[in-house]
Order: sequence, then C-alpha cells, then structure tokens
Amino acid sequence: MAVIDATGRPPAAAGAVPRPVRSRDPQDHDVPTGREEAWRFTPLRRLRGLPTGPEADGLVTVTVTAPDGVAVERLDAADARIGRVLIPADRIAAFATARAGGATAVTIPAEASLSEPVIVRLHGEGPQGAAGAASAAGVAYGHLVIEAGPFSSATVVLDHTGSATYAGNVEVYVGHGASLTVISLQDWDAGTVHLGAHAFSVGRDAKLRSFTVTLGGELVRLNPTVDYRGPGGDAELNGVFFTDAGQHQEHRLLVTHQARSCRSRVTYKGALRGESAHAVWIGDVLIGADAVDTDTYELNRNLVLTDGARADSVPNLEILTGEVVGAGHASATGRFDDEALFYLQSRGIPPTEARRLVVHGFFAEVIDRIDIPELRDRIMTSVAARLGESELAEAIAEAEAAEAAEAAEAAEAAEAAEAAEAAEAAGAAAGAGAGAGAGAGA
Amino acid sequence: MTTAVSTLEIRNLHVSVETEEGPREILRGVDLTVRKGETHAIMGPNGSGKSTLSYSIAGHPKYTVTNGSITLDGEDVLTMGVDARARAGIFLAMQYPVEIPGVSVSNFLRSSATAVRGEAPKLRTWVKEVKASMEALEMDPAFAERGVNEGFSGGEKKRHEILQMALLKPKIAVLDETDSGLDVDALRIVSGGIEAVRAKGETGILLITHYTRILRYIKPEFVHVMAAGRIVDSGGPELAAVLEDGGYDRYVKGGGAAVSLGGGAAAVAPAGAGAAS
Repeated sequence: MAVIDATGRPPAAAGAVPRPVRSRDPQDHDVPTGREEAWRFTPLRRLRGLPTGPEADGLVTVTVTAPDGVAVERLDAADARIGRVLIPADRIAAFATARAGGATAVTIPAEASLSEPVIVRLHGEGPQGAAGAASAAGVAYGHLVIEAGPFSSATVVLDHTGSATYAGNVEVYVGHGASLTVISLQDWDAGTVHLGAHAFSVGRDAKLRSFTVTLGGELVRLNPTVDYRGPGGDAELNGVFFTDAGQHQEHRLLVTHQARSCRSRVTYKGALRGESAHAVWIGDVLIGADAVDTDTYELNRNLVLTDGARADSVPNLEILTGEVVGAGHASATGRFDDEALFYLQSRGIPPTEARRLVVHGFFAEVIDRIDIPELRDRIMTSVAARLGESELAEAIAEAEAAEAAEAAEAAEAAEAAEAAEAAEAAGAAAGAGAGAGAGAGA
Repeated sequence: MTTAVSTLEIRNLHVSVETEEGPREILRGVDLTVRKGETHAIMGPNGSGKSTLSYSIAGHPKYTVTNGSITLDGEDVLTMGVDARARAGIFLAMQYPVEIPGVSVSNFLRSSATAVRGEAPKLRTWVKEVKASMEALEMDPAFAERGVNEGFSGGEKKRHEILQMALLKPKIAVLDETDSGLDVDALRIVSGGIEAVRAKGETGILLITHYTRILRYIKPEFVHVMAAGRIVDSGGPELAAVLEDGGYDRYVKGGGAAVSLGGGAAAVAPAGAGAAS
C-alpha cells in the first residue's frame, strides 16, 4: 500500500468522507444552517433564498450548438434518463432538478468521433420584471443530461455567462470505452449566484477529462462528483479559479472509487486577490473495500496575491482497502515566490509584469491541457484582465500585429503583381485568339 | 576620463543582511571599477562576500547597502529598482537560477528582451537571433518551450543564464559562480558563450568564482581577491596562478589584510579606480 501524503496528514479514518442523504425530493434534505460540514464555508445569507426553493422568476437560456449526429433533446420531468447519474445530495441540488421541470439532453452516439466540440451556452438574462436592473438577477433552475455513447470521443463545453441566480445540475455519463472531455466555464457577470451539482459517471475503460474554470460571479459553489460503473475507468478533474475581491468560489469534489482498477487525478489551481476574496476547495476521495488497484492523487494549489483574501483547502482521503497502486493528496496555499519575482525583475521585467508572468505560469499547467485554443486564450485573457494592463504583452502583440500586417501587405502586393501578370498574359492570349478569329473570318 | 565608456564604479560599499541576531555586515568597504570590454575575476573563499557583492549590484531586496555607492556611467544604481538596473545595462547570471513553472523560456526571453531594449524585437530577426545563440551554446531547440529553469540540469541552467546574457547584451555582466557545478564539457560550452560575449568588447564582465578552473578558458585582465568583505588583493592573471598554488589561506589567516604578492599586482585596481574618477 502506497500512501503518499504531501500534507503530512495520515489518511482520514473511516467516516471522514461524508455520506449525505441522496434523494430527488427536496423535502428529504434539511435546510442548511451553516453548521453542517458541507455548508460551513458557504455564506448562506448570500444564496438569495435558494435553500427554500423559490419559484423561478428569472431566466437562463440554454443554446446548444452541436455537430451532426449529436442528439439534442428536451426531456420532460418524468423521463427516465434524468437521475441515472445524479441523485441530489443537498436541498438546492434537489430543487434544481425538481424546479427545472425537465432537462436538456445532449447525446453523443456510440462510436462517434466528434471533430468539433458541442457548445452549450447557458446565459443568465439578468434581472427580470418590473423591479428592473436594481434588483438581483431572478432565480432560475436548470438540468443538463450529457451522455457519451460507448466508444465515442467528444468534447462538451458548458459556457456560463450573463447574470443569474441559478441552481443548475449537470449529469454526465461516459459510456464504456468512451472518451469525453467536459469543460465548464463559469464566466458569469458580477452579481451572479450559481450553485450546481456536476455528477460524472465513468463507464468501464472510459476516460473522462473535466475542466472546471470559475472566473466570474459573486458566489459560485459547485459539487463535482465522480463514480465508476466498471473497472478501468479514468477520471481527470482539472480546475482553475480566480477569486477576486468580494467573490466566494467553492469547489467541493467527491471521487468515489468503488470499482477496481480505476484511476483519478484531481488538479485544482486558484489565485485569490482583494479584500474578502474567499476560495474553498474540498477534495474528498473515498476508496471502497472492493476498489483494489486504485490509483488516485489530488492536488490543490492556491496563490494568494494580496492581503485580505482567504483560501480554505481541505483534502480528505478515506481508504478501505490496502491494495491500491497509489493514493495521495497535496494541498498548499502560498504567496508569490520572491526569488522568482527577483529573477524576472533582474531581467528588466517590471514588478507588475513579473507577477503577471508568475500567475500566468501558475495557471498554464492546467489551462494548457485544454485542447481548444480559443477557449484557452479566452481564459488566459480573462485572467490577464484581472491582473491589469500588460505593457510588455501589448508591446509584443503590437509589434507582431504590425509585422503580420506588413507581411500580409507584401503578400498581397506579390499576389496583385502575379494577378496583373496573369491578366496580362490572358489578355495577350485573348488578343491573339481574337486576331486569329478575325483572320479566319476574313 | 572623458570618453563615454560604460563604467561600473563601486566605492566603499558596505552591505548588511538581516539575521535573527540583527543586521550583520558582510561587505565592509568594497572598491572596484569595471569598464566596458574589461574582464575582472573576483576570487575568494566561501563567506568572503562574493555573492553578496553580486546580489547587491543587482539589487536583491535581502541586502541593505549601509554605506558607499554604485554608479553606472555616473548614474546612481542604488536608487534604481531591480528591473531598472537591468534596463540600465546590468546583468546578473545567478549561481542558483530560480524555477518559474509554466513560463516558457521563449516567452521569458522575449519579455525580457522587450523590457531591456525598450521595444519588442522583430519576430523574424528575433527567432534567428535566439536560434543562433542557442546553437552556439549547444542547446536543443526544444529547450525554448520548457518552463524557465523547470527541471533543468545544473549545466542547462548555466547555459540558459549565458544565453540571456548573449541576448540582452548588457553593459556590465556579473557572473556569480557560473562555473560551479559544471562538468568539463558544460564548463567548456559555458566558457565559450562567455568568451563570445566578451569578444564583442561591448560588455564589462565581473566573473565571480571560487575556483581557478574557469580561468583556463577565460583569461581576465584583472584578478581580485576578496576576503572578509573587502578586496584584499588585486593583480593581473598571474595572481590566479598564485592562488591556484597557494589557495586562500594567507588571506583568511591574515584577518582580511592585504598581503603583497609581489609583481606590483596590488596597484592595478587602485590605478584603474583613479583613472575612472
């Protein structure tokens, strides 16, 4: 048994990883008081009443862009495909499904190999009704069902934008032998509250890569969970968050290894900046008694950029079998490495630029794993924007743009010259033809 | 002295570091003048203050200058921030270069060249420039895509330092024990890189070393011995040979007082200083 624990703490005792009530009925779940382990970090007063399940009075529109062959359907509430993976573990998740009144389903057919990602845009339409812009964004509920058929290969992007008070669940089934990447981007406007259960079920020999990128919103609290439906499953859960002043961003993960020979890797990286920026990362991993040959490692790194920000990071590892390949976790929260900043500055790079490079590099490890360049750029640009204007990057970009324009101009000129030459040649040929025709006619 | 030759002048430099027992003085009055095109070696036993001198020139915040001055072409270096010093033309090749995870070498080099040159180098010429410099240092092109110093071997780190020196073209380069931890091959390559910069005659080099080994490849015009926070002896290349044979014992046992080694060597640096002022 190889237990690596970079935090220096022993694996948690049996019962350390919580086993919450699981039910689709909101009334089966207690109203959180804030004393529960699952809620102790969450500012309940800022949830805008979501634990009581208010009627929806807002709107989060769902638009799906999918390559041919992908089925996009609206399921009604009674559809059996809802709840196959996700059984709510708290009251808000139960309300999310109950009040959503059905679900949007995206199904990737068996053995399909998608060259383009499926894009699911979830846009909060902001404050609704007579109260107007002064009121908080209206309450909305949503439920998404994503199913990757056996041996399929696909990427699904959930792009959350706009302004909302949103309780939204996502359940994902990765069929046997399938390979699915799910990227959930929380790029909300300020003033958004978003709670969601993201449940993943990984089939036999299937591979899941998940990215959870939380940038915007006033309060975002997500619960990604993973279980395995057979041996040989592989789940990679990557996360990035940038918690700004006044933001609360909470990611509570639970990976349950109950099948044998499965692997999980959790890597979450966060940067925090400003007064009352609060990030919470909980990483629970449970290795059941039958989950022999499990290989798991989870890591959370937080970079605290200023005073007044707070990061809570709690990994929990509960192991009920001794026969694992590896089971470890690491958690570290730190400030800038002064020596790294000195090194960069000693190369002429101003202090603000040096900090930007360090943050960029810190996130790059995770963001570079995203295979969609436009999305990578969008995330990095958003992170960069939070760090202020970059004169160096701008100078480089400007110089490159100028060069590119120059090159394009040169190419255009060359092309024009070529075209002119070709036209001339064609003209000459036409003239000769006409001459010949005239000659023949004579 | 009227010609506009880049000159680093260090006068009566006193530097302290903060320790648990309060501030401790490490440099106790260093005088040194380095001009463009000159190569000076500073040698000395461990703890004599060699690294403190190099970090103080670069402006590391850990070191506090309590007295004296450092100027570059008459400009006060001590009032400049770390980055401003680099842009003014001071370069420090570090003994222990720091890892910056996730920042690629190519991004880093381009950012620093943009900062130091005051404008972004043209992409086409820049790519060629980097490629040529890397080839000269026998560096794999794939190197450019790695994180700065991330997982580099000792030799790779030092080559990377010299690569930066070659690209940033400083007026004054301080090489802090660049030879330490290098095997014979790496030492030859790194020395070749330093020689290439030196041969251009645009950079004054301050070569800080514990061993005489690197001086077989790079022949300094001036050799200084540092002990107990002062330069206690100065001479020409022959001083290095004396050190190779006798070590630092005489300087350490002598309590930091200068010991004449003959040959009029001790007069070299003070004479240079006089000419500069």
